[in-house]
Amino acid sequence: MIEGLRTGHGGQVDRGRPVHFQFDGRRYQGFAGDTLASALLANGVHLMGRSFKYHRPRGLLAAGPEEPNALVTVRRDAARVTPNLRATQVEIYEGLVAESQNRWPSLRFDVGAINDFFSPFIPAGFYYKTFMWPRRAWYSLYEPRIRAAAGLGTAPTLPDPDRYANRFAHCDVLVVGAGPAGLAAATAAAQAGARVILADEQAQAGGSLLSDAAGSSALIEGRPATQWLTQALAALTSNPRVTVLTRTTAFGYFPHNLVALSERITDHLATPSPDAPRERQWQVRAREVVIGAGAIERPLVFSGNDRPGILLAGAARTFLNRYGVLPGTRAVLVTADDAAYQAALDLQDAGVFIACIADTRAAGAAGERARAAGIPVLNDACVLATQGRRRVNAIELARRTDGGLAERQTQPCDLVLMSGGFTPSVHLHSQSRGKLDWSEALQVFLPGASPERCRSAGACRGVFGLEAAVGDGSAAGAAAARDALDPRRSGVDPGGAAGRASAQVAPAPAQSAGFSGALPVNGRVRGRAFVDWQNDVTSKDLALALREGFRSIEHVKRYTTTGMATDQGKTSNLNALGIVASALKRTPPQVGLTTFRMPYTPVTFGSFAGLQRGELFDPVRRTPMYDWAAARGAVFEDVGLWKRARYFPRSGEDMHAAVNRECRAARSGCGIFDASTLGKIEVVGPDAVTFMNRLYVNAWNSLAVGRCRYGILTRDDGFIYDDGVVARISDQVFHVTTTTGGAPRVLAMMEDYLQTEWNELKVWLTSTTEQWAVIAVQGPKARAVLEGLVDVDLAPAAFPHMSVARGHILGVPMRLFRVSFTGELGYEVNVPADFGRAVWEAIYERGQAHGMTPYGTEAMHVLRAEKGYIIVGQDTDGTVTPEDAGLSWAVGKSKPDYVGKRSLARPAMSAPERRQLVGLTTRDGAVVLEEGAQVLAQSGAPVPTRPLGFVTSSYFSANLGRSIAMGLVSGGRARTGQTLYVPTEHGEVAVEVTGTVFLDPKGERING
Amino acid sequence: MADLAHARTAPLVDENRWLRMLPDVCRWVLRGDEPVRAAAEAALGLPVPAEACRAGTSGERAALWLGPDEWLLIAPEGQEGLADRLARALEGRPHSLVDVSHRQVGLLVHGDVATTLLASGCPLDLSDRAFPVGMCTRTVLAKAEVVLWRTGVDEFRLEVWRSFAPYVTQFLAESARGTI
Amino acid sequence: MLLINCPYCGERPEPEFVYGGQAHIARPAQPAGVEAQDWADYLYRRDNVRGVHAERWRHTRGCGRFFNALRDTTTDHFLATYKVGEPRPAAGGTR
Repeated sequence: MIEGLRTGHGGQVDRGRPVHFQFDGRRYQGFAGDTLASALLANGVHLMGRSFKYHRPRGLLAAGPEEPNALVTVRRDAARVTPNLRATQVEIYEGLVAESQNRWPSLRFDVGAINDFFSPFIPAGFYYKTFMWPRRAWYSLYEPRIRAAAGLGTAPTLPDPDRYANRFAHCDVLVVGAGPAGLAAATAAAQAGARVILADEQAQAGGSLLSDAAGSSALIEGRPATQWLTQALAALTSNPRVTVLTRTTAFGYFPHNLVALSERITDHLATPSPDAPRERQWQVRAREVVIGAGAIERPLVFSGNDRPGILLAGAARTFLNRYGVLPGTRAVLVTADDAAYQAALDLQDAGVFIACIADTRAAGAAGERARAAGIPVLNDACVLATQGRRRVNAIELARRTDGGLAERQTQPCDLVLMSGGFTPSVHLHSQSRGKLDWSEALQVFLPGASPERCRSAGACRGVFGLEAAVGDGSAAGAAAARDALDPRRSGVDPGGAAGRASAQVAPAPAQSAGFSGALPVNGRVRGRAFVDWQNDVTSKDLALALREGFRSIEHVKRYTTTGMATDQGKTSNLNALGIVASALKRTPPQVGLTTFRMPYTPVTFGSFAGLQRGELFDPVRRTPMYDWAAARGAVFEDVGLWKRARYFPRSGEDMHAAVNRECRAARSGCGIFDASTLGKIEVVGPDAVTFMNRLYVNAWNSLAVGRCRYGILTRDDGFIYDDGVVARISDQVFHVTTTTGGAPRVLAMMEDYLQTEWNELKVWLTSTTEQWAVIAVQGPKARAVLEGLVDVDLAPAAFPHMSVARGHILGVPMRLFRVSFTGELGYEVNVPADFGRAVWEAIYERGQAHGMTPYGTEAMHVLRAEKGYIIVGQDTDGTVTPEDAGLSWAVGKSKPDYVGKRSLARPAMSAPERRQLVGLTTRDGAVVLEEGAQVLAQSGAPVPTRPLGFVTSSYFSANLGRSIAMGLVSGGRARTGQTLYVPTEHGEVAVEVTGTVFLDPKGERING
Repeated sequence: MADLAHARTAPLVDENRWLRMLPDVCRWVLRGDEPVRAAAEAALGLPVPAEACRAGTSGERAALWLGPDEWLLIAPEGQEGLADRLARALEGRPHSLVDVSHRQVGLLVHGDVATTLLASGCPLDLSDRAFPVGMCTRTVLAKAEVVLWRTGVDEFRLEVWRSFAPYVTQFLAESARGTI
Repeated sequence: MLLINCPYCGERPEPEFVYGGQAHIARPAQPAGVEAQDWADYLYRRDNVRGVHAERWRHTRGCGRFFNALRDTTTDHFLATYKVGEPRPAAGGTR
């Protein structure tokens, strides 16, 4: 810290607590309570960044979130790297390491600054115009180079080790901003008995009050402002109905009064607890919202206005009064507004020499005060240029007269303050889809009607001045509480809110409207006058865009990039608008504003992810038998959210070896398979059979109690949606199974038809997917294994294929199905889920005498493909009819209607060239086709060509000793016996079209 | 062969200071119209709420309104016979009564942090005013569907499908970490 | 995250609901007799309203009921929600 750059006392920093930090590798010292910006200023560091396009040296422009230049990267460790933080918002802590951005190799010597010398050749739209030809070079040369040079900061490359939390909150009144208006609003709302949340982005509540001099004479409600602040805050924090959140930015406003807040919990701490979340994202549903977002001071657009040492007047005042930092020793104020005079006076009191106040307006009362304090005032002033490379060292001023420039002068200085007046922060209001009304008196946009239940109060709606803002806030808070607590009120009730904002009393006109646009200079402007510091947009760029024919402010924004990135127009919007309006000779409201996008300031991805990452990214669903399979080394696969055992490798086995063994075991002895994930729906009621008839393609009247049937569900478009075995448990009870992934959507579709089309039916649906653990026992020895375990007669005559029975297995209640998805004799034992593990183990133990082998989903796929059984979603793709899939036999053709029947009656649905499911047999049985490969009619067909279809399922079948495949092929069944061709990366493979049943075509094995 | 009638294995959940698993119970989903509701109430000697999102209790039995024609019935383990009694009482009235005892598990979130914990994943307003004791509903907790029932000022019963129980408990434990 | 007034449960947050497309599109009582073009319209043709839109929602993770709603697509505000089978209220209807 450089002696003399700190005031002796005052402000919010703790001079008794020095804090050490690094910036660009150099060590500095600040005080607790400093931001990185204030601490660097206290060390005489003004150069804090390089501009985006021209790499011009830049210092601070502002003291708050609107800061466009001093973007820094904070690096806690290799993984904890946060780019694009505003140095004005980074609180320093012991050991903080920060780096400047957008420079190489160093901030002081930046090679990219060469762009600045070529700047006459890099106007707006330069990239669009220049890198057009040769066209191929765009991808190979231009784009990679431009991308390398572009971008703000560098994204971290390691996984984020921090934790992020989420909180849903509800309140009567949410107050955004804890400045004078917001505090008053929260106080009034709390006094009315409302549940209040008060959020402010800064470390402390107080807003503009924090920037007042310690000895400020400002009074609020008859008390000194500082005392009012302390008392208001104490009352709020001790009220159990009030939540005060600091370091919390309201960054987005969503329909129905949902406001998203980002609370920064640990970023300001030197050694955060490893358990503490770094940030918490709040989603606050508020019955009423009061926005007290304040106003942002506008820069002035004059030549050379971007040198380090040129900053907003209010920012200088904040650095002085809040942080006790003297931002310079010899200052010039350029202003179009009265409020900025206070900054000059405060700085003078602190010992800064004020060389001159250049007021762009005619002489007024404020000037008299300054002259009385001994400060020379130049009225009708204009700025001709500034000097200095890494820090301003002089400013050239003059007075505009009808006859040209007078009183030309060059004022040596190391600090230039500027103020074009204040722009109300209407971001959140605008995000609420609120209208913006142009105020002639204030020459700014103010919040108009919003469709949401929100009010603005204080400076953000043009009510400037402390007493006025406090009064406005208080009234808004009381009104918000009254509306929120109205007993006739339900929820956020957004309807009817529109129009109310305009009923708020219009703000009193301020003394001065300030200025927006480019400051007039008699004659041509020399050098560049910046409008948007962050995106390096000058007044000339805007003029160029207009000359090139852009008229819409949205197009001008995109062509010049003004108002983009973290800035979002905070400092630039109104000046850009002023320039465009004046060039087009239109009024600002005729030109309009660009959209204020959320987030207000950047929000980390981590806070959006919250807890839902890693293990908690999605629920991981496991069946009751999961642990058994895991203990046996099963390899699992994800099926929807489920973990299913894919195969059970023995030592030394790869997947193919394991699957081949499992497949052989199921056909030679018996296999055991966990089918618990299949969806199950209990369809119950006197109209159950009518419901099933209307929904599924099959005929259900003929399904007797105790019998099962393979059901197909199409949607009304006629395409297969799901399939599964349906059992009739009793006259009025069907046990419907669905595919694993289809369970929720099938139930939703059933409910849809039941509730909205057929609500006269007396039938109800209950999901029983997780009630039952399902153990499939498949293979010639299946009966032998289960006999003696169950109290159901398994004799073929008593319990034939496609039967269902209720009974017990080892005392456990059971629904036993005799069904087969393998083509072998098979049973599926359904037991209440908690018994699944024990029953599985008992069956497995009994099965050992019969060579029982657990098999996984991979073997299941092969076994069913050997029999030509389809898997919905693999052999169908949403355009496959039952006939296409060779399942016409299942369709109840005599039914007058079912979901899908009308569509299936369309001639196109039975056109002979439709893609049909067929078998595809490679000539060389060792060749396994790739699923998804195209099927062509001719060998060596030229590319591109129209394929006949594609391969849907393909495996090596250990039982057949060769590969098998199915595919959807145009006119496929009529091509049986033809040779078709499948291009692969190893060359073309000839395949013969066959039926889909590769094994046991007569279906005899199903009888054991 | 051994009788497995008591060989139950519940899903594993992480219990902690604020969260514990509740004992096994019998559960049924009852579906039907107003006469079915009234008949069930009489047969069970238990208020079966007609009012939306309310739970009726009698001793350890409870009936939770989940929809205008849907109730979740809960009874202590061993009272499986209630189903037969109910079925007899409802004979002739169109209805559905489905055993879902094993479909889900009961969890108790308790303590003065209960609402804060739940608010990390549940978008409902859980204040006393909006969600009083005795209120119940199906809702979401992060990416899981749950039935949430406020059984006391600082006490919520969660009914969670069994395969989602580990996720729900991990989520709540993680949200407690560093916050509470 | 909208707040949706379920006719059975009251105002509830959007994550509990599933959108169900345009409302008041009845499935023909006798599909077999419906002309191909009319059937195609029933299946696929939907309005794209700027302003008040009648649409279906289901309180899937709540009471499970389908219901209808009038929503202003320009503000996302609901003008009314009503049970299946009830007629569409006049736009700007009561809450």
